Amino acid sequence: MIPAEFDYVVADSVDEAIGLLSDGGEDAKLLAGGHSLLPLMKLRFAAPSLLVDISRIEELRGVQAGGDTIRIGALTRHADLQERDDLGLIATAAKQIADQQVRNRGTIGGSLANGDTAADLPGVLLALEGSVIVRSASGEREIAAADLFQGYLSTAIEPGEVLTEVRIPALAGYGFGYEKFNRRSEDWAMVGVSALVKAADGDCEDVRIALTHMASTPLRASAAEDALRGQPLNEQTIAAAAQLAAEGTSPLGDLNASPEYKRHLARVLTKRALTTASAV
Amino acid sequence: MGRTVPVKVAVNGESHESEIPARLLLVHYLRDELGLTGTHVGCDTSNCGACTCLVDGESVKSCTVLAVQCDGAQITTIEGMTGDDGALHPLQEGFWANHGLQCGYCTPGMIMAAADLLARRTGDGPISEEEVRKGLEGNLCRCTGYQNIVKAVQAAAEASRGVTA
Amino acid sequence: MSIIEAPVGRSVGQSLRRKEDPRLITGRATYVDDVVLPGMLYMAVVRSTEAHAKVVAIDGSSALGRPGIRGVYTGEDMSDLLAPLPMAWAPPGVEIKTPERWPLARGHVAHVGDAVAMVVGDDRYAVVDAAQQVDVEYESLPVVVDVEEALKDEILVHESLGTNKAHEWSMGGGGDIEQALADSEVVIERRIVNHRTAGAAIECRGVVAEYRAGQLTVWSSTQVPHLVRLFFAVQMGISEDKVRVIAPEVGGGFGGKLQIMAEETLCAWASKQLGRPVKWIETRSENMLVSHHGRDQVDYVRMGATRDGRITAFHANIIQDLGAYFGLLTPMIPELGAFVMTGCYKIPVVQTDITGVLTNKFFTDAIRGAGRPEMTHMLEVTIDQLADELGLDPIEVRRKNFIPEADFPYETPYGITYDSGNYEAALDRALEMVDMDAFRAEQAQLRNHPTRPILRGIGFSTYTEICGLAPSRAVGPSGFGLGIGLYESAIVRVHPTGSVTVYTGASPHGQGHETGFAQIVADRFGVDPAVVEVVHGDTATGPMGLGTYGSRSLSIGGVACAHAAEKIAAKCREIVAHNLEADPGDIEVRNGKFSLRGDPDQGMTLAEVAGCAYIDATKMPEGMELGLEQTLIYDPSNFVFPFGTHVCVVDVDPETGKVSVVRWVAVDDCGPAVNPMLIDGQVHGGVTHGIGQALYEQVVYDERGQLITGTFLDYALPTAEEVPNFETDRTETKSPSNSLGVKGIGEAGTIAATPAVVNAVIDALRHEGISYIDMPLTPMRVWQALEEARGRGDGPRDSEQGVSLPPQGEGSAGSGPTIPEGGES
Repeated sequence: MIPAEFDYVVADSVDEAIGLLSDGGEDAKLLAGGHSLLPLMKLRFAAPSLLVDISRIEELRGVQAGGDTIRIGALTRHADLQERDDLGLIATAAKQIADQQVRNRGTIGGSLANGDTAADLPGVLLALEGSVIVRSASGEREIAAADLFQGYLSTAIEPGEVLTEVRIPALAGYGFGYEKFNRRSEDWAMVGVSALVKAADGDCEDVRIALTHMASTPLRASAAEDALRGQPLNEQTIAAAAQLAAEGTSPLGDLNASPEYKRHLARVLTKRALTTASAV
Repeated sequence: MGRTVPVKVAVNGESHESEIPARLLLVHYLRDELGLTGTHVGCDTSNCGACTCLVDGESVKSCTVLAVQCDGAQITTIEGMTGDDGALHPLQEGFWANHGLQCGYCTPGMIMAAADLLARRTGDGPISEEEVRKGLEGNLCRCTGYQNIVKAVQAAAEASRGVTA
Repeated sequence: MSIIEAPVGRSVGQSLRRKEDPRLITGRATYVDDVVLPGMLYMAVVRSTEAHAKVVAIDGSSALGRPGIRGVYTGEDMSDLLAPLPMAWAPPGVEIKTPERWPLARGHVAHVGDAVAMVVGDDRYAVVDAAQQVDVEYESLPVVVDVEEALKDEILVHESLGTNKAHEWSMGGGGDIEQALADSEVVIERRIVNHRTAGAAIECRGVVAEYRAGQLTVWSSTQVPHLVRLFFAVQMGISEDKVRVIAPEVGGGFGGKLQIMAEETLCAWASKQLGRPVKWIETRSENMLVSHHGRDQVDYVRMGATRDGRITAFHANIIQDLGAYFGLLTPMIPELGAFVMTGCYKIPVVQTDITGVLTNKFFTDAIRGAGRPEMTHMLEVTIDQLADELGLDPIEVRRKNFIPEADFPYETPYGITYDSGNYEAALDRALEMVDMDAFRAEQAQLRNHPTRPILRGIGFSTYTEICGLAPSRAVGPSGFGLGIGLYESAIVRVHPTGSVTVYTGASPHGQGHETGFAQIVADRFGVDPAVVEVVHGDTATGPMGLGTYGSRSLSIGGVACAHAAEKIAAKCREIVAHNLEADPGDIEVRNGKFSLRGDPDQGMTLAEVAGCAYIDATKMPEGMELGLEQTLIYDPSNFVFPFGTHVCVVDVDPETGKVSVVRWVAVDDCGPAVNPMLIDGQVHGGVTHGIGQALYEQVVYDERGQLITGTFLDYALPTAEEVPNFETDRTETKSPSNSLGVKGIGEAGTIAATPAVVNAVIDALRHEGISYIDMPLTPMRVWQALEEARGRGDGPRDSEQGVSLPPQGEGSAGSGPTIPEGGES
């Protein structure tokens, strides 16, 4: 219930945050909404010595849409995204994160940087083939979603780097579906599926399917994608592709879902997400 | 390590300046430092919502916020929902009139979460049962089975629209 | 006994809004963590991380060295305690092997969370840090988690007891059960697991204790303040007259706070040691670990019947998982269920055999329904299976076997007498509310949907239960064997200006008795309930009380208030008669006065009568004692037996196994209503508690005895989205057990609910060849049952206990976020 002691400092700019992180060393962590970090700290699963609060940095706010790439500031809260129907899949997924109180605090930057395979947004970013921008003392770099998530709570973001922005393609012409299966409301996904489909003359021109909570990172269901890409879009082709959704996965079981059940859910939810995305 | 941090917050309209440990949770700041014990602790994993209050008008689980994160913020707790003259907020009246509480422990959090839900709505129509149930998914109650809570929130929404029940 | 009609009053029977609410809705109530005393210290408990171990050494020196830490204590330090924590059931002629339980372990631990040390200090946060610094060295011992494994006695929970079988107990009647089953034309047999659940009140437990100048004052979030006081006298040798126990506002109990808590002793002892008040507030993680659990039975059930559906015999063989120690009532819980082993049915030969078994888990004890939900579940799922086996309608099989109304009071074959019942009326009303023909048509339509079939099902549960605990002679030390009788007390005190204070020995924690009892008393005086204040929960204010649990407070506590008020009312009639020169028999309560029958303008208000009794004695009859006050202790003559019919409609997603409750109809009978709104509230909450167990909640230990469901991430209470609106109605069949004719309702919804849910799911899946699935009916378990029925897979696990899961660091503990490797909790 009570975190271990730590020092706390507010950063007024990204550069200041970078400096404070490097001064603080290994045990310094960034604090935005705190809804990934503070729960871990309260159970003493994490005990950073310094928290650098970046929640006041204006540069990290704002959503710019309208072109081919949507740029979402790291401090954009799930509550901000949930209102943005124009943002498609990411807004639909954001709406289903936890509950309103959590969405009022949790940020996209914090969630992605935490790298929790059970969370909603990492899989969405992977399906969108989006990326994040991180800045350090040596400058900026872009990390593609496929490279970002490396393991349980482990990302490619290095110590001393600050995630400043999330970029997702606008994907005009793509339908989308998001299926989150849980035991009850407000729960994390037992398994989740994000699907995007671009239809052209009744055929599947492009499809992306990402699986949440099926491994230590989100996964692309590539066998299912390959089976559907180029095919006519109908109930049978979707069902056949969805049967391959769990190919190559070996999820660990937990209290609510055995490995077999998770693989089964991946197939069922993929079928449903593809159906929604294809408006079939 | 763990030196105190200055913080200035307005709580229910009253300004407070304090030097507090960085790790002091907002819920404990409200309860133990300011003596506002209406906000309750019910769990340690941000599930139950009993600790819900409003920060800058939006509902948050005050057990998952550091008090220092609220420097400069306006906070409203359950105590701030009652008018200075003792007049009850429509939500408080709604819960009372509809037996929306039994032990009362989850109630302050429920009312604050409902306040956010009602403030967030756009559109004119009466709030549906589904909307209320979804809107309160972050608040657990073990006593009431939720039905009368839903009625209470719907009644408050009606009252706020100026429509008599 | 004759039933006294309530006087023509204005408030009993009305859904008055509650007197409790103004302080609760404004955040002005005082729960235990709101109690702050000058100089108060905080306490944290160091708890075992091992499920079974010798405690080799405890080193508190680092903790003690931290700033602001006043003391670090172990079981050895507390050797001046006079008695271990109590278990209050000693049934005559039954041997119970009782493990000794001290507030802090003495040399060994027997479950995770077993308390080994406490840390006391100035600051709420500092004691948490310090507790982590207490170094405990354990020598691990083998662990047994599964109750049927434990019965083999290969691994002993307590070497000193020589066995894990703590007790055996039987009750039955009507004949030889084996013969009756052998003679039956058909016998349904089933192994049923009623799994472990938690009370999970939203307010965890907490204590503030102050030992000052020879007096001990304790605030505790408890359901039984007087029993806590009694026990302090026994354990710490402080006489009861020097102990005051206060239950402040209590944020839910559900049986979980019907307990004598180790932490109450720890805080009191520490306060005496340090000369300062000491506060302990439980965290939710602690609560899941060491606030007592409920249920946890493996039941072997046999129901014999004729081919045309008449039940001839019923046998329940209950293996009860007690845990590693006993709480106040631990081994007694399944026996409460045995008291209703015939359910609503006229079964000629019945028997319940109970074996209590120790395991390396926390103890089970009373949780809402306490034994009766388990028994009702057994009866109601088995009768459905019987009907299916015989090709009969499960509703008609129930009706055929109901104890007819004419048979009440009904003596069961095992000697318990049901007070009153009209099961058919409740069933008929429920059937009116549910259109079965329409339902079956809808069910077929949904099942045959071309693209998204839904398996809809309907399940019934007709229940009766035994509550209003309890007639003292029946349950006390020479009867059933409880350590004390379960009467209830009241003081009704009219003040000189005519308002009233009622002290009750009941200890409500959400039930609304401040309102209901006020209504009862107010009507007897012709006053507004607004001027009747009900005080409870403080041993300094009223006579000995037995607290609130077991759906007892209205039928015993409320009746005590009624009788006390009636005695004062009789005195008022005499005073008024004296002043009007009339006969007391001609004085009645009407229009807010004690007035002359036939001439209601002639009369006196309660305030005016109080003026005679307290202010102007010349207006009193010659020789009559002054004042208007009555103390009364009421001991009921029998239990009470509410009953009803619940109907559950579920939708099962055949692809995922997810079950949603889409409709609930409840027709309950708890006698005449004092406040109908309060009754509905108890039904809503009670049913939701049962739905929780049936579909979402489970307490699970892994094969090493580690608690997997340690937080609200994994212990899944239903949210508002998991339950529908409940369509409730009532019938009213008076109880002859008390003068108000009332019964209890607090547990009835929970008792009815789980079989209604399970029967509904089976109804949805029966066409797949599924005849039963044990709770919890999580999506995975339902899916596994479907797969098994289709020839793929072994079906759901027999029991979730002792499950083996990958280490925390490699996967989520359950429904929650990924937990990093290492770290302490």
